Order: sequence, then C-alpha cells, then structure tokens
Amino acid sequence: MKGFLGVDVGSVSTNLVVIAENNEVLVNFYIRTRGQPIKAVQDGLKQVAAEVGNSIAIQGVGTTGSARHLTNILVGADTVKNEITAHAVAASAMVPGVQTVLEIGGQDSKIILLRQGVVTDFAMNTVCAAGTGSFLDQQASRLSIPIEDFGGLALRAKSPVRIAGRCSVFAESDMIHKQQLGHNLEDIVAGLCEALVRNYLNNVGKGKEILAPVTFQGGVAANVGIKAAFEKALGIEVIIPKYYNVMGAIGVAMLAKEAVKKKKKTNFKGFDASKFKYKAGSFECKGCSNLCEVIEIFHDQQVIARWGDRCGKWENIS
Amino acid sequence: MKITFPYMGTYHIAFKMLIEGLGHEAIVPPKPSKKTLTYGTQNSPEFACLPFKILLGSYLEAIELGAEMVITSGGAGPCRAGYYGVLHQKILQDLGYDTKIVVMESPFRNIFDFLGKIRSVIGPSGVSWWTFGKVFRKAWEKLKVLDDIEFLSHQIRPFELKRGDTTNVFSKCLEIIDQAGTIPEINEVRVIAKKMLNDIPVDRSRQVLKVGIVGEIYVVLEPFANHDIEITLGEMGVLTHRSIYLSDWTRESTGYESTQKVIEVASPYIDELFGGHGIYSVGHSILYSKKGFDGVVQLAPFTCIPEIVAKPILNKVTQDYNIPVLTVFLDEQTGKAGLQTRLEAFVDLLAQKRDKLEGIAI
Repeated sequence: MKGFLGVDVGSVSTNLVVIAENNEVLVNFYIRTRGQPIKAVQDGLKQVAAEVGNSIAIQGVGTTGSARHLTNILVGADTVKNEITAHAVAASAMVPGVQTVLEIGGQDSKIILLRQGVVTDFAMNTVCAAGTGSFLDQQASRLSIPIEDFGGLALRAKSPVRIAGRCSVFAESDMIHKQQLGHNLEDIVAGLCEALVRNYLNNVGKGKEILAPVTFQGGVAANVGIKAAFEKALGIEVIIPKYYNVMGAIGVAMLAKEAVKKKKKTNFKGFDASKFKYKAGSFECKGCSNLCEVIEIFHDQQVIARWGDRCGKWENIS
Repeated sequence: MKITFPYMGTYHIAFKMLIEGLGHEAIVPPKPSKKTLTYGTQNSPEFACLPFKILLGSYLEAIELGAEMVITSGGAGPCRAGYYGVLHQKILQDLGYDTKIVVMESPFRNIFDFLGKIRSVIGPSGVSWWTFGKVFRKAWEKLKVLDDIEFLSHQIRPFELKRGDTTNVFSKCLEIIDQAGTIPEINEVRVIAKKMLNDIPVDRSRQVLKVGIVGEIYVVLEPFANHDIEITLGEMGVLTHRSIYLSDWTRESTGYESTQKVIEVASPYIDELFGGHGIYSVGHSILYSKKGFDGVVQLAPFTCIPEIVAKPILNKVTQDYNIPVLTVFLDEQTGKAGLQTRLEAFVDLLAQKRDKLEGIAI
C-alpha cells in the first residue's frame, strides 16, 4: 500500500502522520519535542516504522513547523512548507467549505481565512505569546491540574472571573490575586479561558471577518474550555476536526503527494534515517559585521547541511 | 573635525563623500550588527523604537572610532522621531561624551536654522558656499546612482539563475561606486554597474509576483533592521519595489516631487498627516494596487504610532482595492524564522490568488 508521510516539528510537539492516497489518515503520532527536534523526529520515525513496518511504502514526505528545514535534512523531504499553508490545506480537505481556521499551538497562534478554498488572509501572533499552549501548560502545572483536565474544569464554572488576558505576565498576576481573594478554581480557570480567547480575537483575529464554518485546530483545541469560550465569544459553532492536533502534518503530507505526482520520485531517506547519527553544531562567522550564527548538521562526522548565513558563503559549501 | 552620520542602507557611501568634500574626516559607522543593537538597547529608554536604538548604537560605535560630531535628520509631525536628536544628545551627555548632534530639519520649516547648521559644518574648515554647492551636487549624484543601482538589483534578483548572484554583484557595484570621485566618474560607474547587474544570468520566463514595500523610513531603508526583507523576498522569486528611496525623499522634502499624489489617494481614508510615514504607507499601498502589484508588505517598528494608525486603514484598503497587506512589526529579535514563515505563507497566498484570477486550478 502507498502512503505519504507528513512531519510537523513545532516548539512543543512533533507530529507525524501517514496518509493514504485518498487522504485517509493511516497512522498519527503526537510526540513532545522537549527542545530536541532531531531526537523527536528520529523517535517519531521509529514509532511510525514500528507501526506500519513494511505494509506501507512511503512514496513522498513533507515537512512543516518551525523546524521544517532541519527536518528536511534529517528525513529527505519532497516538499518543505510553512505551517500556515499546511494547516489551510488540511482544513479544506477535512472540513469542506471551511472559511475560518483558528489554530493555537505551543508558541504560535494563527488565524487563516479561506474563501472558495483559497487562503485570502492570515495573521499570526506577533511579539507576544500570551494565550498559547505553553502558557496554559505553565498555568496548569502551577495549579497542579493535569493539562488534560484543565478544559473540563472550566466547563464546571458558575461565574467565570475576569482575568487580564493581554499579557501572560499580567494574566498570571491577575490569577494569583483573584485566587488569593478566595475565588474558586473552576471560575478562575474558566476566566483564564475567556481571557485567552479575548486576547486571541483582539490580537490575532484583529478585525477579521470570521465566517462559519470555523475549525479550531492545534494542540490547544483539546481544551474544551477554550472551545466553549470561542463559541460564546463568536456566537458560532466551532468545529474540532478529528485529527485536530496533527493537522499541519496532514496538510504537508497532502502537499508532498502533489509534489511527488509532478516529479515522480521521492527524496525520502527511508526509516533507517531514525538510526543515523545526526549532530547539530553552530558557530559565529567572523567574516563581516553581520556575525551570522551558522548552523551545521553532521551525519556521522560529515557536514551535510549548513544554514543561517546571510551571504550564502557557508550554505554553498558542503 | 571627525563627523559621523546614521547608517542607512547604502547611503553612507554618498554621505562620506559629502563630509570629505567639505574638508572633514568622515567616520563611517560600522554596518549595524548585534553589537550596535546591544549598545543601543543598553542605553535607550526601554519603550523607544528600533530605529532610535540602532541609531544610538551606531553613534556610540562611531564615537569609539573618534567621531566628534553627528549629523542626522529630524522629522516633523506627531512622531517621536522629531525629538530623537535631542534625546540622543542628552544620552550621550549622560554617558560623558561631548559629541555634538546636529539635526537637519526641513529648510521649509526654518530656513535660517537650516543655513546656520550648514555654516556650523562648513565654517570651521573654511569652505565657501560655492564649494559647498559643488560638493553637495556631486554627493547628490552619487546618492542617485546608489538608488538607481539598488532599484535595479531588486528588479533582477527574482529572475537570477543562481541564488545569491545578484546580492554578490550588487556589493561589487557598491565598491566601484565608492571609488568614483568626480561627476564624470560617477556617471561612468552608473553605466558600468548597470551593465554588471544586467549581465547576471537570468530566467526571464519566470512568473514573478510583485510586492510593494511601505512603512517607516528607517526600517524600510536599513536591511539590518528589516532582516534583509527585500533580498529574502527576491530570492523567493518576488520582485519588490520600495516606496522610499532617499533621492526621492529629499527631492520631495525640498519641494520637487509629488507627495501630493500619495496624500491625495490616501485622503478618502484619512485627510490628516499623522506623523512619520503613516499616510504614505496608506497612499503607496493604494498606488501599488492601481499599478497591478500582487501585494504589499508594511514594515513598522514595534510601538510606532504612525504605522499603528496606518494598519487598520490598510485593512480597509485591502477590502476596497483587493490587495493583500502583510504587516511586520520589527523589534530587537535577531531570529528570522518567524518572519520567514510569514513571508512564505504570504507569498503562497499571493500565488494562489493570482492563479485563481488567471483561472489556473490548484
């Protein structure tokens, strides 16, 4: 059977999926990146290999997420795409006619508007990560609530308290103040969900026309409290696709399928790539005042890729 | 006297010629780098914008090289930049430097102030007004060549066969422009440099996207401040056109070219100058749409009020003129990954939009 692999390496999670030719998701894995993208990708490949073994022949690979270029070197990708396009592609395939995609990941949040299947506008959080998954994670652990229970707790709130959502530092001190005044946990957690949604809509959604159908994807979509807060704020039903947390990987797998159709072969290095000894290093180039931080990727002792230089002097030497 | 000036794009080459022609020693500040940023952020108010910090850093680096005077430009209207020269001066004083900052304001605001400041520069070296006129004209010609050549490089880059060729040839062009000392020589290097760029192997069959760049002047002009956005887009196969070139700007501010038209097209949206380049960002975006550009990138220093005011107006322009606008706020981050992702997605969006218009299914 033919399959297409999509790998999405983000700040918090590394997601791998294999889709069939009809876009059906055959395998999906959601792994924590833990600041070690190379290890996460190799672990992920091992898990995929263990699951599908020889039953599926990988015909194409796509990478996305903030470590998409690094991952490309590790696995040999046929297409390397930014996560905005990848999410949009997956959303239009999974939820036909979708007009708005809300996506909240570990460090990024984005909104994508589609009209007649074409992306017409998008925005990403700029200099502020308030309201993203990492902040929720941090608050959950501060309150000693497993992150999985966070959303459910919010739904039990009777009167959510108002939390300042503009900045995660302000939000945290506001939560602490409210908690010291004696508000109960459910109301505070629900208040936080509402604050994050408010911040997202003001900061990322800023004046954009949010039309149904709306999908909500990314790791934070698991949080039923945030979903409820979105529905309350927008007054529209918010759809959570079945594979909400690996949509980027699905999208880029679909793009890989298209890319391979054109060039008729894949660059995939095979599942053995999970056993290669990859090492990353970096140095500061002193060639000019730019002082670029050049990244080097080694396979065994050999440099297989370099990037980060503005002038291309290191990039081109391999 | 040892005189320095802001570092902006390629203009130090012309400024250097002007200062030297007036009988002073020109201290060219090092190209802005992480060191400049560190100097700048350490000594600036936290809330000041990126141009303020880079400029202060540059002045400090030039002072280390011996600069005794800084010549910079002022600004009119409700933008903090008009006050920056004064604040820079106070910070230098607090740090114990007696380097003087001379802020050139528009001659139309106060002609006596303008002439007095020029006299304070040419007086000490005994240069006559006649010589000043000659030297100024020569530097002005050089500035125009720099602009012509840079403009051409952005026209060629998206077509280059080998990535990086244009950027390499362009830096060679700058070297020869720097060598030219007389007006005939300047005219000669204009021809040579154009030929060098036009000789780069290109693939003219490429369907390139056209993107206009608008925004605050410093971050639009200085590649260090905007993460080489024009090179990055060019190498992604996008032809960029910048709404600001200094030879335009000075011609305009000394009354030659029409800011009128830009303001006129912006006036249905806002009929008030609100400082900095805000209204020009609006007007130029509309003009780009009329000229058939695929999109616009707005560059704004984080906390820049004029560009913040322009941003929601640009949303309306997008709706009315059907031209996508990507706003990029720039601050002291040196990581480029976030910008790269947004630019790639923006280019995808523009390409899809064009394909749809041309009836090519995706």
